[in-house]
Formats: sequence, structure tokens, C-alpha cells
Amino acid sequence: MSSTALPWFARHEIRLASREWLAMMTGGRRKRNRAVIGLIVFAAVMHLPAYAVVGRFADLTAPLDKSSLIVITATIFLAWALMLSQAIESVTRVFYARADLDLIMSSPVRLENVFSIRIAAIALSVIAMALLLSTPFVDVLVIGGGIRWLAAYGVVVAIGLSAAAVAIAVTIVLFRLIGPSRTRLVAQILAAIIGAGFVIALQVAAILSYGTLSRFAVLTSDAAAAFAPDPESIVWWPARAALGDGEALLLLLAFGLILLGAVMAMFSPRFADTAVSVSANAAPSRQGFRTTAFRGGSRQQALRRKEFVLLRRDPWLVSQTLMQLLYLVPPALMLWRSFSDSSAAIVLITPVIVMAAGQLAGGLAWLTISGEDAADLVATAPLPASRVIRAKIEVVLMAIGTIFAPMVLALVFASPLQAAVTVAGVLIAAASATAIQLWFRVQAKRSQFRRRQTSSRFATFAEAFCSIGWAATAALALAVPIVALLTGLMTAAILVATWKISPQRE
Amino acid sequence: MKLQESALQVRGLTKRFDRLAVDALDLTVRSGEFYALVGPNGAGKTTTLRMVAGLSRPDAGSVAIFGIDALSHPVAAKQMMAWVSDEPMIYDKLTPLEYLEFVAGLWGVDPAVSQASAHDLLASLGLEPHLHERCEGFSKGMRQKVALAGALVHDPRLIILDEPLTGLDAVSARHVKGLLADRVRAGCTVIMTTHILEVAERMADRIGVIARGRLVAEGTLAELRQQNGHNDTSLEDLFIALVDVEAAAA
Repeated sequence: MSSTALPWFARHEIRLASREWLAMMTGGRRKRNRAVIGLIVFAAVMHLPAYAVVGRFADLTAPLDKSSLIVITATIFLAWALMLSQAIESVTRVFYARADLDLIMSSPVRLENVFSIRIAAIALSVIAMALLLSTPFVDVLVIGGGIRWLAAYGVVVAIGLSAAAVAIAVTIVLFRLIGPSRTRLVAQILAAIIGAGFVIALQVAAILSYGTLSRFAVLTSDAAAAFAPDPESIVWWPARAALGDGEALLLLLAFGLILLGAVMAMFSPRFADTAVSVSANAAPSRQGFRTTAFRGGSRQQALRRKEFVLLRRDPWLVSQTLMQLLYLVPPALMLWRSFSDSSAAIVLITPVIVMAAGQLAGGLAWLTISGEDAADLVATAPLPASRVIRAKIEVVLMAIGTIFAPMVLALVFASPLQAAVTVAGVLIAAASATAIQLWFRVQAKRSQFRRRQTSSRFATFAEAFCSIGWAATAALALAVPIVALLTGLMTAAILVATWKISPQRE
Repeated sequence: MKLQESALQVRGLTKRFDRLAVDALDLTVRSGEFYALVGPNGAGKTTTLRMVAGLSRPDAGSVAIFGIDALSHPVAAKQMMAWVSDEPMIYDKLTPLEYLEFVAGLWGVDPAVSQASAHDLLASLGLEPHLHERCEGFSKGMRQKVALAGALVHDPRLIILDEPLTGLDAVSARHVKGLLADRVRAGCTVIMTTHILEVAERMADRIGVIARGRLVAEGTLAELRQQNGHNDTSLEDLFIALVDVEAAAA
């Protein structure tokens, strides 16, 4: 590749990434100005919750005590874990979804150079997203504690570089170890677990040690301080860098750059091999069930059976269900502890379950209702459309029931009233999310799941607000029933308003 | 409402998108006939057949499948027909056998009958070694064959195919053509759109030429030649002559 071609390819990558991002923000429609305005408003509004979360840390100055160092380092590590999760997802997508690999690989360029740029583009996109999300928090710290906090942006860049480097190494090693056909699923599950794992692990530790869901209980404990290294240790470099220590920041940035450079040097030549093996193995011969005999039953049963098989074999659903189940581990532990000490904190389990049910039902409903890969086949089958839809809704509710029934059953032994409220909440949240997906359905391929939100931002927000609303209502029904009536009515109003403006209303 | 007994009877079928796609089309296909619908890109072939299959509602006109009004009794009409599009409608995560079991279930076929039929169909299409592999790894040709097997597993009386040979290699295309010819010999009616005029010329009992949403010529190859005064012309030359005349008239 000539020296002029490299910057040209870098520009090409940046253009593609920016258009992809814009399409996600605008749902594929040309509304650039509205997207920018929406983003600015969102960033401005985000300063309020950012102030609530980090406002009290603005006055922190070096030297810090161990507890403060632990809290800041843990927060940076959490951000790094989330970036790693996003980067693994990006790398996997580059291998499987970029349609230009054939063109690039058949062109007269040095593939190492091209893929080095592609690796750099992944790192840039991860850093850009992290900078965007961290801006309100850093702003609050700068306004409250001075410009020394601007160094936090440098920390974001440094951990973004290392997250991208680790993600690329992990994904390519996965390709080598388990092959392209399994890497996609494993990488998706890994991304989900990494993103949620750290927070959940802290919550589990807090529950087991202190009987609370608060993560800070562990981080600020004497035990954590006793086990932590001395304040001079390199473990605290990220925290010191964030507080404005120039030397620590430079070392951190240098470490990130060297790591990414090493990954580029080591994996760029193999990137091409990996891409080739993905396209060669785009036809994995995975076995289905060895059907012994065709099963009978009604036409709706045939539809339900098909949906269940597809859901079981859906990598997204496997990773999402795993993540939802991971989120349910802390409340499950709370439930287990409450049997012995009758803790009032058990009430917290209900909104968590209701919220998780609403979110999972929304995804399931999209997969079954909108994500129909053989829409023409089902439409030409001799059964009314209403029965097709009914069968698909039944699948969503049955799947939700199967996932959440064990938790609710356990709850019956702890508090029958709470179990009843939880069941009602799960059913209403799942039904609401399913209804919203039904009203806003747009025929699509299941593989387009990642972009389902872009078909209607309104439906996405309505689904999220309804899940939150029903979760709050269920919690309040147990604590302050009169207020629950109010939040229930408000959530129902959101649902009605969503139906009023939905395209399927007619 | 019982209409005239024929495999397909279309009267005054009209569909408008941003322009008129199908213009008061009349079309009759006899029972047991192999009918090829040919025409240039955007002539209205696919739109017409999608309306016949119940995938799109016409703005005006009627569609009758073996005498059953397909617009007022769609379920009864769909029970007798199968639709195969140029983009195979299959599920990546199912195996060919699982797919055929699902299709047979949708059409309410006795499982004992459909299982035997599924094995025979997949074997005749050369898919026997892949019965238990998920379709996600299949080539376009293999996917098209699975879709075709799905269309045949419920033994439809009318098969509608939209460019079924697209993406198939010569061997696969011959398999598919042989299977369709067998079905017609067994009394089934086949309506197929194709850009491969040689296929229409060789296989079809009658050929309909559609342009600008209207049927501009129809008949056996001999009848088409006679209508145009070219007794020794190929279908390709006839087709170009007919379409050119239509374009000049517009």
C-alpha cells in the first residue's frame, strides 16, 4: 500500500464508522441536525445524574486514603470492563458483518497495513464512545474541583486503548482456540458477562458480607483497605492519573499505546488469516436435533415449536438471558439470606425481577414477532394472521414464565404477598413490552436484532419507561400502596400514549 | 363464492405503488398446466404473483384459486397452494428436516405422511447428506432447494414460483426442473416467472408475456409465433419484439 493510500483508507474507515453511528442515532433516516441537537440535550441532562453520582468526589486531593483510592480504581476498572465488552462486540462485528472484506483482500494492498488501520479504528470508536459517555461526569468534577480533573479524559483514552488491545487479542485467540463458528456466540456471552460481571460480583460480596446491595459497602470496608497495596503501588496509577498526576497519566497513556501497538504488530497479519477463515467457515455444519419422527398437533403448535427451537439456538438470546440471570443473582442471594434474618431488603427483589422481565420480554417479542426470517412462508400458510400473532405472543409469555418461575416460587416461601405482587408485575411488564413491540413491528431479519432500536426510538424509550414504571409500581405496592396507584396510572398512561401514536393502531 | 373451475383465474387485478404496477390484469391458468410468466424487469410479474399468493392485497380485481375466492376466503385458498420466491424463505437455525416438519405442521399435514414425503423430497434434491445440518451454512442453491422441498411437502395443487432457478448451478437447476415436471405430470399446476427464456420455451405448456402490468401476449410457443407472424423465431426474439412494441406504444 502506498503512503498516500494509508491515510486514504483511514479516512474511509472513519467515514464508515461515523455513518454507522449516525444511522444508529437517527434510525437510518437523514436527520443529522436533530440527532446532534438530541445528543447535546441528552448530554446536558446527563449532568444532573452525574452530579448526584460523582459530585461529592470533586474535592478529593492527593494524597488519598486507601478507601478513596479503592473506590476510584474500582470505578475506572468498571469503565474499562464496559469498554472491553463494547470492543469485543465491535471486533466480532468487523469479522462477521463487514461486507467489504472480499474487496479489501482482493485489492493490491498490504493487508497488515489495512488491518492495522482497522484495529486503530476499533480503538478510536471505543474511545470516542467512552469520551462521550464520561463527559458529563468529568465536567461535574472539573466544575466542582478544578481543571486538574481534565486529566480524567486522558485516563479514558488510556484505558480505551488497552481495552481495544485486549479485546482484539481475546477475540483472535478465541478464533484460534474454538474456531469461527463458535467464537461469535462465545464472544457475545463474554461481552455480556464482562460488562455486568464486575458490578454483580461486588453486589454479591456486599450481600454475603454486609447484607446490603450497596457495592460501596465492600469497597469502603476495613477488610478491603487491609488487603489493598500501599498508596505508592502502581495499582493506583489510574486513580492518581485521574486526579491530575501528570507522570502517572503519561505512563498510563504510554502503556495503552504500547499495548495497542504490540497487538497491531502481532495480530494484523493474522487478522487477514482470521477473516479468511471466517468467510471459509461461513458455512459451519452444526447439527440440529436428529428428529426421529415428525410431531403432530395444531398449526399454532407447529409455530410455537419452531419459535422455541429458534430462541434456544439464538446466540443473542443466550447471552441476554445469561446476563438477566446474572443480574438476578444478587436479589436471589438477598432472598436466600432473608430466610434467616427476615431482612426488609427483600422488597428490593420485586422491582429487579419485574424490570428484568419487561426488558427480556421486549427482546423476545421483537425476535418472535418482527424477526421472522420466513415472513412470506408464514404469510402464505393457511391460518389467519391473528392466530400467528397469538402463537408468537404465547411463546414470549411462556419463555418469560419459564425463566422467572423458579425465583417467584422461592419468593412464595419467603412472602406469599410479595410473590403475588411480583407475578402480577412480571405479567404486566412482559405484556406491556410485547404490546409495544406488536404496535411498532417492522418486518426484519433476526440477524438485525442489534439494530432493532433504530426502527423506532419512541418504542425503545416507551418499552424502557414502562419496564421501569411497572418495576417501581410493584415495589411501591409492597411499601406504600397508595403511591403505587399513582405510578401505576402514570405507567398505564405512557402505554396508552404509545398505542395512540403507534403505526399499527389502525 | 364459486367462480369458474380453473387453477387460477385473475380478473381486473390492479395494484398501484408510486406508479401503476399491475393494470387491470386478466389471467387464466388451467388445472394441470405449466404456465410461464415472462416480462422485463419491473413489468409486474412478482407483484401479480404476490397478490395471488395472498402476500399483498390488490387495489381492485379478483383472484380465484380452483374456484375459491382468494380475497374473501384466503385460508381455504392458501391450503391448496405453495409460494417459492427467488430469496429462499428458510430459517438458518433449523435443519432441512426440521424446516419441512414445520412447514408440514403449518399446512396441517399428517406427520406420518409428511415425514416420508420430506425424506423423499430432500433425497431427490440431493440434500440427503445434509438432513441434520443447520441451514445457516448452506449455499444459495442448497437453500433454494430446501425452500422448494418445503413448498412441495404439503402436496399443493398449485405451485407459484418466482424466479426459482436464480443462483442454482446446472445440476441443481436440472433437479428442480425435473421435480416440477414430475409434479405437472401428476396433475399439479405450476406458475413460474423466469428470466431464462429457454426454460420457459422448453418447459411451459403456455407462456404469458407481461409488460407495464398488462398481459401483452399469451399462448403456446407456436401460438405466440403465429400471433406475431414469425414461424421460425426463438422465444427470445419474440419476447424482445413484443416488449419493444409495448414500449413504443407507451
